[in-house]
Amino acid sequence: MQDPTSQSDSDLGRVEVKETTCYMCACRCGIRVTLRDGEVRYIEGNPDHPLNKGVICAKGSSGIMKQYSPARLTKPLLRKPGSERGDSDFEEISWEKAFDLMQERLGKIRAEDPKRFALFTGRDQMQALTGMFAKQFGTPNYAAHGGFCSVNMAAGLIYTIGGSFWEFGGPDLERSKLFIMIGTAEDHHSNPMKMALADFKRRGGRFISINPIRTGYSAIADEWVPIKPGTDGALMLAIIRELIHQGLYDREFLIKYTNSAELVVDDPKRDDHGLFRRFEMHVEEGCFDPENKLWWDRELDREISTHTPGTDPRLLGSFMLDDGTPVKPAFQLLKDRVEEYTIEWAEDITGIPADTIRRLAHEMGVVARDQKIELPIQWTDSWGNEHDSVTGNPVSFHAMRGLAAHSNGFQTIRALGILMTILGTIDRPGGFRHKAPFPRPIPPCPKPPKGPEGVQPNTPLDGMPLGWPSKPDDLFVDDEGEAVRIDKAFSWEYPLSVHGLMHNAITNAWRGDPYKIDTLLLFMANMAWNSSMNTENVRDMLKDKDENGEYKIPFLIVADAFQSETVAFADLVLPDTTYLERHDAMSMLDRPISEYDGPVDSVRIPVVEPRGDCKPFQEVLIEMGSRLGLPAFVREDGSRKFRNYPDFVTNYETSPGSGIGFLAGWRGKGGEKFLKGEPNPRQWEMYQKNGCVYHHKLPKSYQYMRNWNQGYLEWARYHGMTRYVEPITLHLYSEVLQRFRLAAQGKLPGKQPPERLRKRVAEHFDPLPFYTAPLEHKLVDTHQYPINALTQRPMAMYHSWDSQNAWLRQIHTHNYLFVNPKLGEASGFGDGDWIWIESPTNKVRCMARFSEAVEPGTVWTWNAIGKATGAWGLSNKANESQKGFLLNHVISEELPPCEAGDHMSNSDPVTGQAAWFDVRVKIYPAGPEEPKVTSPQFKPQKRVPGQDQRRGKWQAFFAGKFRRKHNIGD
Amino acid sequence: MHPAFSVIFLTTLIGAGQGLFLALYTGQLYSLANLLPVQSDKFYAVGSLAAIALLIGGLVASVFHLGRPERAWRAATQWRTSWLSREVIVLPAAMALTFLYGLFHYLGWTDPLFVISETLPVDLTLIIGALATVATFLLFLCTAMIYASLRFIKAWHSPLTVANFLFLGVASGFMLAAAFSAYLGNNLVSFYGTWAVVATLLGAITRGFSLYRNTRFRCKVDLKSAIGVHHSDLHQKAQGFMGGSFNTREFFHGKSEGFLLMLRYGFLLMVFVLPVILIVLAYILESTRLPMAAFVIQYFGLLIERYHFFTEAKHPQNLYYQSMA
Amino acid sequence: MTQLALVIDLNVCVGCHACVTSCKEWNTSGWAGPLTDQRAYDEDPTGTFFNRVQTYEAGVFPHTETYHFPKSCLHCEDPPCVPVCPTGASYKREDNGVVLVDYDKCIGCKYCSWACPYGAREIDEKQRVMKKCTLCIDRITDMTLPESQRKPACVLACPTSARLFGDVHDPNSVVSIAIREEGGYALQPEWGTKPANHYLPRRKTRIQIHEDELVRADNPLKKEQLPSLPEGGETLDDVAW
Ligand SMILES: Nc1nc2c(c(=O)[nH]1)N[C@H]1C(S)=C(S)[C@@H](COP(=O)(O)OP(=O)(O)OC[C@H]3O[C@@H](n4cnc5c(=O)[nH]c(N)nc54)[C@H](O)[C@@H]3O)O[C@H]1N2
Ligand SMILES: Nc1nc2c(c(=O)[nH]1)N[C@H]1C(S)=C(S)[C@@H](COP(=O)(O)OP(=O)(O)OC[C@H]3O[C@@H](n4cnc5c(=O)[nH]c(N)nc54)[C@H](O)[C@@H]3O)O[C@H]1N2
Ligand code: SF4
Ligand code: SF4
Ligand code: SF4
Ligand code: SF4
Ligand code: SF4
Ligand SMILES: [Mo]
Repeated sequence: MQDPTSQSDSDLGRVEVKETTCYMCACRCGIRVTLRDGEVRYIEGNPDHPLNKGVICAKGSSGIMKQYSPARLTKPLLRKPGSERGDSDFEEISWEKAFDLMQERLGKIRAEDPKRFALFTGRDQMQALTGMFAKQFGTPNYAAHGGFCSVNMAAGLIYTIGGSFWEFGGPDLERSKLFIMIGTAEDHHSNPMKMALADFKRRGGRFISINPIRTGYSAIADEWVPIKPGTDGALMLAIIRELIHQGLYDREFLIKYTNSAELVVDDPKRDDHGLFRRFEMHVEEGCFDPENKLWWDRELDREISTHTPGTDPRLLGSFMLDDGTPVKPAFQLLKDRVEEYTIEWAEDITGIPADTIRRLAHEMGVVARDQKIELPIQWTDSWGNEHDSVTGNPVSFHAMRGLAAHSNGFQTIRALGILMTILGTIDRPGGFRHKAPFPRPIPPCPKPPKGPEGVQPNTPLDGMPLGWPSKPDDLFVDDEGEAVRIDKAFSWEYPLSVHGLMHNAITNAWRGDPYKIDTLLLFMANMAWNSSMNTENVRDMLKDKDENGEYKIPFLIVADAFQSETVAFADLVLPDTTYLERHDAMSMLDRPISEYDGPVDSVRIPVVEPRGDCKPFQEVLIEMGSRLGLPAFVREDGSRKFRNYPDFVTNYETSPGSGIGFLAGWRGKGGEKFLKGEPNPRQWEMYQKNGCVYHHKLPKSYQYMRNWNQGYLEWARYHGMTRYVEPITLHLYSEVLQRFRLAAQGKLPGKQPPERLRKRVAEHFDPLPFYTAPLEHKLVDTHQYPINALTQRPMAMYHSWDSQNAWLRQIHTHNYLFVNPKLGEASGFGDGDWIWIESPTNKVRCMARFSEAVEPGTVWTWNAIGKATGAWGLSNKANESQKGFLLNHVISEELPPCEAGDHMSNSDPVTGQAAWFDVRVKIYPAGPEEPKVTSPQFKPQKRVPGQDQRRGKWQAFFAGKFRRKHNIGD
Repeated sequence: MHPAFSVIFLTTLIGAGQGLFLALYTGQLYSLANLLPVQSDKFYAVGSLAAIALLIGGLVASVFHLGRPERAWRAATQWRTSWLSREVIVLPAAMALTFLYGLFHYLGWTDPLFVISETLPVDLTLIIGALATVATFLLFLCTAMIYASLRFIKAWHSPLTVANFLFLGVASGFMLAAAFSAYLGNNLVSFYGTWAVVATLLGAITRGFSLYRNTRFRCKVDLKSAIGVHHSDLHQKAQGFMGGSFNTREFFHGKSEGFLLMLRYGFLLMVFVLPVILIVLAYILESTRLPMAAFVIQYFGLLIERYHFFTEAKHPQNLYYQSMA
Repeated sequence: MTQLALVIDLNVCVGCHACVTSCKEWNTSGWAGPLTDQRAYDEDPTGTFFNRVQTYEAGVFPHTETYHFPKSCLHCEDPPCVPVCPTGASYKREDNGVVLVDYDKCIGCKYCSWACPYGAREIDEKQRVMKKCTLCIDRITDMTLPESQRKPACVLACPTSARLFGDVHDPNSVVSIAIREEGGYALQPEWGTKPANHYLPRRKTRIQIHEDELVRADNPLKKEQLPSLPEGGETLDDVAW
């Protein structure tokens, strides 16, 4: 063997290094791809990339195996005439034929009733394009994964602080001293979170994890606080109560930057009860929060307009206005609200000892108060006050689906937002920090159409398919107050469902409630498996026929890159490229990858040729947009406007001459502008030169306090990031919610909820956070189903994508149900035994693994490891399908019938967030005679034309030799 | 450890071969000292042939253990440090010497070259035989030291391993010699039988002792030391992969305690008890069949013994492979 | 003499497996490759990896600690796997202490793996030679790479920088400092193999809040106390004498 020191790896073949953006998950790290003789040799983190600074994760490093996966789709496919849906019997067709088919079908739908076309997309990052396509088509039936993902987190915080965790903001761990992570296993900010967490720990920061389970990040926490699922609201409210009682809140912050001191009408008899008392002032029509509200001046002992210089208002108290209106500052209402939420009360609900809760509250309060950070950064606030420094309270939080994926999640997250607010940690050093384009007005400006008339043949949708209602009149309902969208988003059932309810789209379309649709296009969403609730039944719905023998969902188009479970149900399959084969834009119009210090967006540029006949879905949309003559895609004369997707990205502007397009960097004719500017023909090149990323660092004085930072807000307005320069006051008290409640109580004129929903809306649209058990816990017999069942993201696997990956699947080959040994023994089985897990919906047979790292009332498993037999290019004997299991079968997409209706989504009543983690189960041993395979099993899915033949027993990847040896690709 | 059949056959076959050679040579010495009747050269030649056949059989078996047998010659290079390498050198040497020993007998080169102290006529076979004896003992040492030198595998890391390999090899070889003599119908049966019984009993003592030792000791290291977390209640949850790996295939036998117990009683019976009884019976009954039966039973017993030898070995690497998820 | 090694910080390792697959990725097409997989898309997939991350739990709920534990060859200073190798295929480099296998010499007898108490070696069942972590010898010694890249793949990948790389014999290297200052330890030190790789233990940060720290003079609640001057009404001044 040659001495390794005598040869360089790069001598082994023709080497090229190309930079692009990873998409083994939604984190979107910068990567460098080294090719040897045209084959992927090595994928490493791009050290110059602001997001991941050179590191890479397990998935990112395994991109090679995704590229050469035998699950790849390479040909457009049409279900064979006479074959049944789900049988996976396809014939290869040409793209031309596929386009013709779609053009004919969609053209007809558009001319008759555009809403009969529904477009739902999964974990994609091109909602800017898919959403725009839907709007242009004229259908409101569009949403991405947000509704079943984490809309509670987005909405709960955006309706409170104008930004959120997730891709919108996060904890400033660089300066924090105390960090509390709640209900997070892995999350989107995958690599950056790991980097920050490690640095934080090394600097001596204290890390507390609140989670029923201790794995992953929680493993390295200084303290693990196990909590009963669905009860965080109780914990947060008790902590808020303790902080208020101890005076451990940032009074100055609350007064200046939140609506805490603003006076709320406090007279239940009045129609404006619970609304801020506003005085007459000329206000522009808009989505911002005008400052025509009142404080109670302690000196004058009377009301005064907010932010009057020199005033120190009261936060607590009960007052009477001159005109006799009883009012209370919002903070007093919060204090009244949390009065009943004592620590001892929370102990019973959460299972966390009272002493621990009290200590947590004191740690947060005292660290925030006593370890103040002061940065010598000069800035000016919205009221013209000059500040010589930026200060911060170094307590930060991060939370994700552990809060979001419960039906009480919205209010829980509101409580968290308020907790962060009273600690004074919003967009301040050491606390929570926004990422551009956030903060945005509360709520942000885009609105859905106002009613059925927003949908017209051959016409773009009047409004955005997804938007941010701020009052009942913004709801998208018909005259009866019922839904217009197929997923019933923006109806009274889920008024603030700002990301839609993809998880109910199939069930509703199947049932024809509210109506039947014709064509469902699923892009990058595995709805016949891991992203559906009640999966076994949903699979049947996809196959179900009406009395005429027609499929209840007549036409199903699936755009996927791999042979997923959903592909088997398609009528038409559009094979997509992989991330290494296509152009992509991580756009400011969607969810870019901004940093705390300024906007960042990025692109993908192909590093290898597409395999077979696969085609970027972006190109499909541009082609279809042009063929269907959607206004944004064609010129006046109807001719095609954009050559292809890169051309579209370069030249598209949100409206002619707006200067706002998909990419923020290097705009203007020569690339001299950013965020806003004329299209630049060489924009792609400039991105490429810069590692496919654009990072605009804001001046230091614009990096903090952005909700009220005059300089920043003006800058953002100037560059088209926001519409208004108004301060974004934090909604400790949510008047928006109160408006919906008043409507439900019949006190607000305008749109009214149907009777069956009045009580529900009135209860859940509470302007202040409250605790109530998750809906499902109240509707199922919790004695019969005493246990909570959860899933978690494994760090080395992304949803269903990675089981076809030869390397990653060796790490997670199948999954177990993790059970606390005490629970397992009480349930009559041992470590490693086969057991049943059963909910009112369905039951699943799986294997148990004992673990002391889980709260005894909870069981859990890794998400989406289990597979349907034969899918993903795996053999029928693959462990994923024989030993692995999918928990989704036991999770219902609908609640048991209740007062609000017989088919209410199993979702948060405010946002429509899928309540994955509310499911209640029982567990018991499987009989000794039962087969040692998971149940349910499905008929093995057949391989499709164009997929690789089964690979041999051995696979030895060696870049530069592999494709030839294995006869893969072109 | 996962019992490696190639190695099980290697060690038992060459052990018997070595023992057989020692039996032949002992016989020759005894007859020189007039303690036994002189045997024909053919007896030694055929006997040596059998010994070589066994050695070759072992060698062939060992090839199956190698991933790259075509390079096996390289294994002779590290004799300074590696017992395996030493074995690789000594085994062919022992084979060659045994071969020469047989060959010289076959050729009848037994004229004394010189006579020591007027009583001990020294011929070529005696010299070669002496050398072969040295090689044979060295081979026992090398083979056994391959295992005994692995200080992490406590079950093996003991002089008992050398003693066992030696005594059991000798026992089976003498047993075979007894069987061979019985087959030929010559008068060495009881001589070989007696020594076979002696070796078997010695083996029973050392093997018995090592069995006892192996069921009692605890590994020097535990999980705490393996991962450096000093907690009295440590459990593995995931080992980093789920479809198995070299680590889970090579170092685990995967057999139940019950099965192992059965094996243990099986080999104790077959290696020690039955052969001794059979030899004693053969002695009493003057049977020619029983010694053959004794050898066959003992050899199969040794296969089981060697299998068990592997299962006894608890490799510290196994601390890292206790559970998957 | 130089002894290159990894120091793995269990204090920050979150068990993400980045080091596992980045290692596989680099090495499968490199000097020590390929790292063969068996039944890659079938039942019980298995393959050669140089590095694995395991998970352990300590204690009983709720006092549970979870540990993620990456393990690759420890490049022992007194490597028991080397002297036992009959072919000399296993060797420890003089210049930097890295323990390597020469696939051209290896006969696949597996003896070295028996001699390694750490389970750090894995045979490649297809190529039928012994393989193990090379400390990315073909990266760290490749002078055509920029210095920042002359590090093992797993070290560059690790998002928490839980993997430090350097010369444990140089008292001023990052690894030596970490071992010295953060309580670095070796695995199974009882054997005297002197693993060059070290591990850093979990460390905990606690905050002690004393009762008397809770209320400060500037407690904001004071600001909310109403100036409770009752208007009018009798006082003692009116009635007592
Ligand atoms: N039980 C349970 N279920 C859950 C969750 C849970 O916590 N518990 N989490 C939910 C959440 S938050 C989410 S976001 C969803 C995720 O669910 P989905 O969004 O459905 O995600 P995947 O199933 O990974 O991916 C969908 C499809 O994308 C395909 N794909 C991958 N790359 C490409 C590509 O480049 N182009 C195209 N066209 N297709 C591609 C994959 O082959 C796959 O079929 O799962 C939900 N499901
Ligand atoms: N590697 C990898 N990364 C991913 C993904 C992936 O599939 N793989 N998916 C991506 C997607 S789409 C999403 S949405 C994000 C989601 O990122 P996470 O929000 O981290 O998602 P989950 O894995 O669902 O983690 C939920 C956590 O909440 C805990 N939990 C559940 N119920 C409760 C509760 O009531 N209270 C508290 N305190 N905790 C609770 C669970 O134990 C679990 O640890 O991850 C993204 N990142
Ligand atoms: S975190 Fe996601 S985007 Fe980043 S390297 Fe890993 S898979 Fe790729
Ligand atoms: S860890 Fe094992 S393989 Fe590596 S040097 Fe030490 S003994 Fe040898
Ligand atoms: S397997 Fe190879 S490296 Fe290991 S001892 Fe045998 S010859 Fe040496
Ligand atoms: S040093 Fe290199 S070979 Fe060793 S584990 Fe790390 S990446 Fe793998
Ligand atoms: S890459 Fe780093 S954090 Fe991830 S498992 Fe390996 S050592 Fe741990
Ligand atoms: Mo998600």
